Amino acid sequence: MNVLDYMGYELIEKIKGTEIKIEEIVQFYYDRIEETDKIIHSFVHFSKEKALEKAKYLDESFKKGNSIGKLYGLPIAIKDCICVKNSPTTCSSKILEGYYPPYNATVTERLVDKEGAICIGRTNMDEFAMGSSTENSCYGPTYNPWDLKRVPGGSSGGSGACVASGQSIFALGSDTGGSIRCPASYCGIVGLKTTYGRISRYGLVSYANSLEQIGPMTRCVQDCALLLEIMAGKDPLDSTTVDKDVDQYTKELDKPIDKKVLGIPKEFFGEGVESSVKASVKKAIDELKSLGAKTVDVSFPHLEYTIPTYYLIAMSEASSNLERFDGLRHGKMVENLKGDVFEVFSRTRGEKFGPEVRRRIILGTYALSAGYFDMFYIKALKVRTLIKNDFQRAFEKCDAIVCPTMPTTAFKIGELVDDPLQMYMMDVLTCPVNLAGLPALSIPCGFDGKGLPIGFQIIGDYFEENIILNIGYLLEEKLGIFRGLAPITKRGN
Amino acid sequence: MSSKYEDVIIGLEVHIQMTTLKTKLFCSCNADYRSAGANLFTCPICLGLPGSLPVVNKTAIEFATRLALALNCKINKSMYFFRKNYFYPDLPKGFQISQYNKAGGKAFADGGIITIKLKDKKKDLQLNRIHLEEDPARLVHKGSIATSPYTLVDYNRSGITLIEIVSEPIMRSPEEAREYLKQLKSIVQYTGISDPNLEGSCRVDANISIKGHPRSEVKNINSFKEVERALKWEISRQKNLIKRGHELIQETRHWDGRVTISLRTKEFEKDYRYFPEQDLVPIEIDQEFIDKVRKDLPEMPNERSTRFQDEYQLSEFDADNLVLDKNIADFYEEGIKSEPSFGIDDYKLYCNWLMNDISGWLNDNNKEIKETFLKPSQLIDLIKAINEGKITGKIAKTFVDKIMKGAPVSEIIKKSGKERISDEKALENIAREVIEENPKIVDDCRKKPSAKEALIGKVMAETKGQADPEITRKIMLKLLQELGIE
Repeated sequence: MNVLDYMGYELIEKIKGTEIKIEEIVQFYYDRIEETDKIIHSFVHFSKEKALEKAKYLDESFKKGNSIGKLYGLPIAIKDCICVKNSPTTCSSKILEGYYPPYNATVTERLVDKEGAICIGRTNMDEFAMGSSTENSCYGPTYNPWDLKRVPGGSSGGSGACVASGQSIFALGSDTGGSIRCPASYCGIVGLKTTYGRISRYGLVSYANSLEQIGPMTRCVQDCALLLEIMAGKDPLDSTTVDKDVDQYTKELDKPIDKKVLGIPKEFFGEGVESSVKASVKKAIDELKSLGAKTVDVSFPHLEYTIPTYYLIAMSEASSNLERFDGLRHGKMVENLKGDVFEVFSRTRGEKFGPEVRRRIILGTYALSAGYFDMFYIKALKVRTLIKNDFQRAFEKCDAIVCPTMPTTAFKIGELVDDPLQMYMMDVLTCPVNLAGLPALSIPCGFDGKGLPIGFQIIGDYFEENIILNIGYLLEEKLGIFRGLAPITKRGN
Repeated sequence: MSSKYEDVIIGLEVHIQMTTLKTKLFCSCNADYRSAGANLFTCPICLGLPGSLPVVNKTAIEFATRLALALNCKINKSMYFFRKNYFYPDLPKGFQISQYNKAGGKAFADGGIITIKLKDKKKDLQLNRIHLEEDPARLVHKGSIATSPYTLVDYNRSGITLIEIVSEPIMRSPEEAREYLKQLKSIVQYTGISDPNLEGSCRVDANISIKGHPRSEVKNINSFKEVERALKWEISRQKNLIKRGHELIQETRHWDGRVTISLRTKEFEKDYRYFPEQDLVPIEIDQEFIDKVRKDLPEMPNERSTRFQDEYQLSEFDADNLVLDKNIADFYEEGIKSEPSFGIDDYKLYCNWLMNDISGWLNDNNKEIKETFLKPSQLIDLIKAINEGKITGKIAKTFVDKIMKGAPVSEIIKKSGKERISDEKALENIAREVIEENPKIVDDCRKKPSAKEALIGKVMAETKGQADPEITRKIMLKLLQELGIE
């Protein structure tokens, strides 16, 4: 059998039916990585020996009739900013070189330790999740497997590329302003950003802590729902998680949606959105209508303020969250220790942080400084409330909002590196969701003229992940494109 | 108030560790950091490791509520924590989680009053607010900071719960500040949230100004005892400058145990970039919780003083002093309650012994009563020995050092041979010798009766104070009478 033909939930059935061993699956993926990662560069660290050892152990254990968890040893690729005990976790930054966290993130604990997934490796990302292209990594960029000249999106670009190219069946990303949905869209896979507080952030190295969530990145909606069921829920170690029952997401996927009303926000189909993207998304909306869903126009009068608001808040939080990186307790310090402690800290941070991280720290520090705080940070919080209110008004009329995930398909490597503002504009359709703390799913809905995947975004009301997964699942079935993998090629255009 | 200080304005910020909390403010690490080797009581949270998140210790909220109620503050029902950002090796996250009463933030509680008594006059000192925050790590140097070849960091202290009590700028002299701290320490001790006698558990920052001039903030005065000295020094520094016609500048200064040294001036003040800590959800405190804490609030020093005046007939002065240190007051009650034969005179006597000789010894030896072997029953035995005439009060005073080290009173009396001599025959013999050896004084007695006291004193000296003074007097007067001296 060809492992690549099967989704995660199907592989689980194969293992249960003893058609294939866990070790064979894990070995298969490592072979695949060996063959392809030289050109894609999704991964930054591996733990192959440990992974194969665990696969063997799980096979043995299963043979003896023991329970081995809901994930049956399936491989999961984990973004480099989510802690895995005694395994390198560097946020693709030189400042965390050689750092091995002594503890597991709660999601790692739940997926790997409790439910038996196997961490196959750590995926590349924009340094500290700051970026939309995975170009800001101290390890160099990841290449989009649909067109190796293009970016995979970011910041969870390694996770997006590895799932799209069949290097892992599951991956984890984190989404602060679109960092899961952007690579999901550019790589043609499924990515979910949950309601703020649905999944524990304990063990996720913070970039902008009031905005971000960890989330699953998979080849299909059902796998996404499967991971979410395990990851979601109250965590005593993260007080921002909400004590609310976790839905049985996998059981609600095929419910009819003929009673559902979809909100169409005209501002999300504006000038900056490529026409091929608009066309593909509109076609997908028609498919949903054919399943009985109704549509209604909704409005986002404050969308134009989203980017400045998002970046002010994210950078302000980042400037504080990244203060702990001084080289003293974890990671690396500069070798020359001349001067007082402040000098050594400054040189360490100056040398070990990349340019985008330094830019955001400086801007954030400025925005929080005395005299500017009210003008920038407080004002941004006020606009954040207005954007939240826009969503609240929209959800009075509809059950979910549908729109493109990204205004374009994947751009070329190097194309926007020197134009940070243009790069920031790429987040315009994803970051309002983070500002509001809502859940949103991105699934592939088609391809543009260049053969690059287009992402379809479904935004839900608070804690209504079940509804967006339900809509996403039915659309996925209808479109029938999800089983295809990226070709791993260089294209002419 | 002495005229020396009439234009002085002092405000204090007191940081007190909640030493009776079992775990730290934002993690479940053992908070008894003094008892462990360096960096043993740490975890990803108090080490600020990447990805770790704080969770508020609920008991810390209860303790803060207790103190707020004891100080009559107004507790804020909904509040959140703030981040105070700055770089320093003792701050593993690069920010301290604290509370802030600006930028939309609220302190834990606002207002409050501490009543002091100075020269028998009561004065209410207004508080501004109290708030919770985490303690940074401890920096360890070899010798002094200036000459140490290295700095070590012990993160055991990182994340220990501090409660900060901020007064209004309302104190008018170092003595008022001293009394304020004395009362505050006492109240904290009674609430049970801290043992303020533990070294390093209380730290003070003082704002000092002379009316009409810029203020200076003296940082890190590491014990209550130091505060009065630091304030006096700083006030005379400021006054001298003014006298010589210099302008004062707003600045932050450091007390090094001897003098205050300028750390930075206003234009170099740190910008802490306070903003909300969103890893923690807002704290909501409802009336039901406050009522419950109030109901369980232990007896406070002022209530105890009133009760002591009622139950034990102590004067207000005695009672106020006695209750100040809870351990002393507890000792007192345990002692007198254990002896049913004791009456009002003994209550007073027991109090005097505790407040004079015992407290004096504790002060001289820099110890707390709990650190000694003294038991309430020993003081009972001592007072009974005096009452029964076994020893004189004067002799008893020489026993203090021994009983503090745990020796039973009866044994000390036996060993020292200092039982009171009340044997009339023996005393008469000594008295006769004194009369024979001092004809001059005997002669004086004929002219002025007060000279008799000198002879009695000679008998006391001869017996090293063991002679019963009443009997001695009786005998001496009798013998002099025999010589025709009335």
